[in-house]
Amino acid sequence: MRLSQAWLVARHDLNLYRHRRTILYTLVAFPLGVAIGFPVLVRYLLSRVGPASIPSPVLVGLIDSFSFFFVIASATLPIAVASYSIVGEKIEKSLEPLLATPTTDGEILLGKALAALVPTLAAIWASSVLYMVLMDRVTVGHLGYLFYPNAEIAVVLLALAPLACLFAVEVSILISARVADVRTAQQIGGIVFLPFVLLYVVSEVGIVTLDTLHLLAVSGGLALVTLGLFALSRRAFEREEILTRWK
Amino acid sequence: MPLAEAASLVSMIHAVGLTKRFGNLTAVEELSLDVHEGEVFGFLGPNGAGKTTTVRMLTSLISRSSGTAEVAGCTLGRDADELELRRRIGLLPENVGLYESTSAVQNLEYFGRLHRLPEAKLRANIERLLRMMDLWNERDRPIATYSKGMKQKVAIARALVHDPVLLFLDEPTANLDPESAKTVRDFILELKKERRTIFLNTHHLDEAERICDRVGILRTRLLTVGSPEALRDRLWGSRTVVRVERPSEALVVAITDRLGPRKVEISGDTMVVEVTDPDRDNPEIAAAVVGAGGRLRQISQLSPSLEEVYLRLIHEQGSAG
Repeated sequence: MRLSQAWLVARHDLNLYRHRRTILYTLVAFPLGVAIGFPVLVRYLLSRVGPASIPSPVLVGLIDSFSFFFVIASATLPIAVASYSIVGEKIEKSLEPLLATPTTDGEILLGKALAALVPTLAAIWASSVLYMVLMDRVTVGHLGYLFYPNAEIAVVLLALAPLACLFAVEVSILISARVADVRTAQQIGGIVFLPFVLLYVVSEVGIVTLDTLHLLAVSGGLALVTLGLFALSRRAFEREEILTRWK
Repeated sequence: MPLAEAASLVSMIHAVGLTKRFGNLTAVEELSLDVHEGEVFGFLGPNGAGKTTTVRMLTSLISRSSGTAEVAGCTLGRDADELELRRRIGLLPENVGLYESTSAVQNLEYFGRLHRLPEAKLRANIERLLRMMDLWNERDRPIATYSKGMKQKVAIARALVHDPVLLFLDEPTANLDPESAKTVRDFILELKKERRTIFLNTHHLDEAERICDRVGILRTRLLTVGSPEALRDRLWGSRTVVRVERPSEALVVAITDRLGPRKVEISGDTMVVEVTDPDRDNPEIAAAVVGAGGRLRQISQLSPSLEEVYLRLIHEQGSAG
């Protein structure tokens, strides 16, 4: 597998996204909403009810739970991007000439995955920096220390978010093999973030605690699922399969 | 073709017993053919005959169920050879599949880079091809604003951008208006002048007749291969049309006496005579008619179109099947 060949495919797709405003808006709006919205909400709560009414452990729990939204964003955004990347090629019928170039199926697939991963992770990581700066600024007076960066957010951003991205890309490839329009792919792909929302809810009701250890365990589990999905998506993205079975 | 000439030809495609099955359906059966370097080979057949499947097998896009093939010096079915094969060939698929939001230059750059063409060579090739196709002034416009004919030309340029030794064109004029089709056809003729090897899938028989050196007619199995003229001769032999003032049995007898027994049909003021060598037989026919007192109006060679050849073969095969 030649990474340079895969990167050519990715770079071309990244260039195509520049012409798709919906992708750009999606990539910016959600992470930016999380990055600015939650610090603004905390600042509002602290000023409205007063710092004394919110004990530090409660505030810490609240902020911790917000950071999980970066995982949810990581599972949501690639669907929008990867659907265009693969279903878009199906619609424009440009996969056949692409497959006729000296590029292997694996290189094309990796290129498509990179094209979805790179902008998503860039958006997630950039917005997370903004989020941490703003949240620290809002809470440092109340907590007496800078809450971010910490081990939990490191696991979230460096392990869970990339894995959630990969998971979403692979699901997106499997969906793209069976549908013929971008909207349907995105709608079906919308279910990808449900397991992560479920995890968030069960942590909120106290069934599990999303501390560093649990986050690492979730990352391990997700890595296994992602590996399994990789094998499936690799099989779905074989040239003969694409040319003779894809709808 | 003389034996010495045939032996000197370099085979760009050499397929033996190539077969493709999809489950219980046989799309292509026992296809054996040779396409030579510098030749334009037309592949004719009705929809569903297996033309696109054949191209996909020969370009290593799909696997074959059985049989072997060497294409542009690479053996099908060997992974390393298949990447090399895709470096050596160019493909215009049935659907042009261009990236509509980007320009012609961007489309060609992408494919040139996937073929690992050095930047300077890529720039030169793009300019040469777009100028050749009268698209140089439109090069930066998004493809979405192009006409169908222009898009088809860009797609052909994409297939040529890396200087392939063998070009596969799958229905290059399908769905084009007559003017666009002519533009594309003229361009293929330009490529023919450059002695490119072209494998042309088409069901435009006049197109095949005008462009191709040889044609193969496919209906799951290869029914026949040859030059359009050779196919005509093989199926009908040569026929001479003789227009006289008053055709009669006496004139028929005069012709057969002179040329020997042969089929002569009378229809209106026309007699159609089967001949073996028109250059030798036609003066004899004229002499026979005049000698028998007939008044000769016109004598010409009957040349059935490739369409007639095609329809006859397809129907014969259909009724045999």
